[in-house]
Amino acid sequence: MGQTLTEKVLGFKAGKSVQAGEVVTVSPDYILSHDNSAAIIQEFRKLGVAKVRAPRKIVIVLDHIVPASDEKYAQNHKSIREFVAEQSIPNFFDINSGICHQVLPEQGFALPGKLIVGSDSHTASYGALGAFATGIGRTETACTWATDEIWLRVPETIRIDLEGRFRAGLSAKDLSLKMIGDHGAEMANYKAVEFAGPAAKDFSVGARLTLANMSAEMGAKNGYFLPDDKVRRWLRGRTRGPYEAVLSDPDAAYESVLRYDLSVLEPQIACPHTVENVKPVNEVAGKPIQQVLIGTCTNGRLEDLDAAARIIRGRKIPPGVRVLVIPASWEVYREALKSGTLAVLAEAGCVILNSGCGPCLGAHEGILAAGEVCVSTSNRNFRGRMGHRDSEIYLASPATAAASAVGGKIMDPRKFL
Amino acid sequence: MTKGKVWKYGDDINTDVLYPGRYTYQILKPEEMARHALEDLDPGFAPAVRPGDVIVAGKNFGCGSSREQAAACLTYAGVQAVVARSFARIYFRNAINLGLPVIQSDGACASLEKGDEVEIDFAAGEIRSPRGTFRFLPLPESVLGILEAGGLLEYTKKKLTAARGRAD
Repeated sequence: MGQTLTEKVLGFKAGKSVQAGEVVTVSPDYILSHDNSAAIIQEFRKLGVAKVRAPRKIVIVLDHIVPASDEKYAQNHKSIREFVAEQSIPNFFDINSGICHQVLPEQGFALPGKLIVGSDSHTASYGALGAFATGIGRTETACTWATDEIWLRVPETIRIDLEGRFRAGLSAKDLSLKMIGDHGAEMANYKAVEFAGPAAKDFSVGARLTLANMSAEMGAKNGYFLPDDKVRRWLRGRTRGPYEAVLSDPDAAYESVLRYDLSVLEPQIACPHTVENVKPVNEVAGKPIQQVLIGTCTNGRLEDLDAAARIIRGRKIPPGVRVLVIPASWEVYREALKSGTLAVLAEAGCVILNSGCGPCLGAHEGILAAGEVCVSTSNRNFRGRMGHRDSEIYLASPATAAASAVGGKIMDPRKFL
Repeated sequence: MTKGKVWKYGDDINTDVLYPGRYTYQILKPEEMARHALEDLDPGFAPAVRPGDVIVAGKNFGCGSSREQAAACLTYAGVQAVVARSFARIYFRNAINLGLPVIQSDGACASLEKGDEVEIDFAAGEIRSPRGTFRFLPLPESVLGILEAGGLLEYTKKKLTAARGRAD
C-alpha cells in the first residue's frame, strides 16, 4: 500500500517503513523555541548535562514579547542570549527578526521533507512547504536538546480536496474558518491534514502557511501541502542545504476525504469565545468594534498587508478605533516599506508595530479592556486571550479586518471592492 | 497493582478547568499544584482524591492550551491514570512526559461510574471493575519506559547516564 507524506518523512527518519498508529523515535532536523526558551533552559539544567547534543539543530527566535515590555521578560531574553552564547547555538534570531513561523520559512529552515518540532502549537505551519512539522511541550523540548531524539506517533491523515477559485474578497483564512466551523475544533485531533485537490496548486506560499497554521486549530498534529514548483521557486536563494521533496503516493491510505468548493465560499468570522463558533460575516455585520489587529503568524505576510491596504487606501480610520498592523517578519516589514503598503496604512491612521506576536497572546502591545471588541487576523479567540475576560475577539481575514477597521464595525469586505 | 476509586467527568475537559490559568505562570510546589487540580470543574475533587484514584471522562480530554501543569497537577494529586474516549494531542504527550498514564477505552468510559473501585493492569492492558473487565491497547514499549521512569526528565537523565557509562 502507498504512503502519505507524513508516513514517508517519519519512516525515513525512523529507518523503516511505518504506518499510521505506530510510535517511532526520530531525530528531528530542527528544534524550534521562542521566548519560552527561558523556561526550557531551566528544565534542561535539571538533566545534568553540560551541553546540548546538536547546537546547529536548535533554532531560537525571540518573537513573543519583543522588545521586552518589562523586567521579567527582559531577564528571560537575557538568559536566552547567554545560553545561546554558552552553547554556541548558531541559529538565534533576536528581537529584530519576526515571528518564528515566518522566520523559519524565510530563512530556509522549513524545507520539503524535513522534520521540525517546536515548542509552539503553531509549528504545524511549516507543512505549507512540504515539511513534517508539529508542536511539542516544554519538557520534551528540553530533553530533545539533550538527546537529539523524540518519540512521535505516526498520525492518520485526513485529505481535504480543494476545487474552484476564490471569489473577490475571499482568501485562505475564510476557507480555514469555514472548515473549522463545519467540522469542529477537534476535527483532526492527533491527525495529519493534507490540503490537496485541483485548486491546491493555485495557493500562494503565504496562503498555504495560513491553512497549515490554522490546522492547529483543527487539533491537527501537522497540516501540509505537497511541495510543487511554486514552493521550489519561493525557496530559491533561501535554502540552507539540500532537500528532497516528499509526496504522498496516489494509493496512500486516508482516514477520510473532505471536499471544499472555493467558488461558493462567503467571508467567514469566528465569534467569541471559540474558533469553531464560525458564522458568515454578514450575520454579525454592524457590530461596533474598538480594535483591529492585522498581523500574526496566521495573516501577517505581504499579501495580507496588501489585501488590507487595498481596502484602507484613501480612507481614514474613524475615531474610537485602533488599528494595529504587525508585519510577520522584518523581511515582510522591509518589503512593505519599499512597496508603499505601510505608507498607505499609516496615512489612514494605522499603528505600525515591530514584527512579532504583538497582543495576540495577551502579553503586551494592545491589550483589551473589559467590554472591548477586537477583529483580529490571528488564530485564537479564547476568553481573555487578548486581555480582560469580558473582552471579545472575532477572527477573520485581512480583508474583513480592514473593512471593519474603516467601517468602525464588523463589515463584509466585498462592500469595498 | 493499586486499587482506586473512579472520578467521572464528561467530554471536552479543557486545560483551564484542569489547572486554572491564574496559577499557570506562578511557580508552585507540587502539593500546592495538587490542591488546584480540577478547581473550576469539581471543587470536591482535590480535598477527597486518594492515591490510586482514576479519572474517567469522555472525548477530547485535555483540549486547549499546552500547559504541562494540567497533567502534572493530577500526578501530584495521586491520580493513577486518566481513562477517556480520546485525548487532545498535546495533553496526551504532556501526560506521558510527566508520568501520568493515559488510557483510551470507550467501554470503560461508557460503563464506569463515580465511586466504582477499579484496578488497572498496564502490562495486560486491562481495567478490572465490578462492572466488568475492559481491555485497552497497551502503550508502546518506548512510551511505557517513559511512564515507568516517572516521566521524560527522569527517563532522559537515566538514558544520558547510561550513555556516559558506556563512553567511560
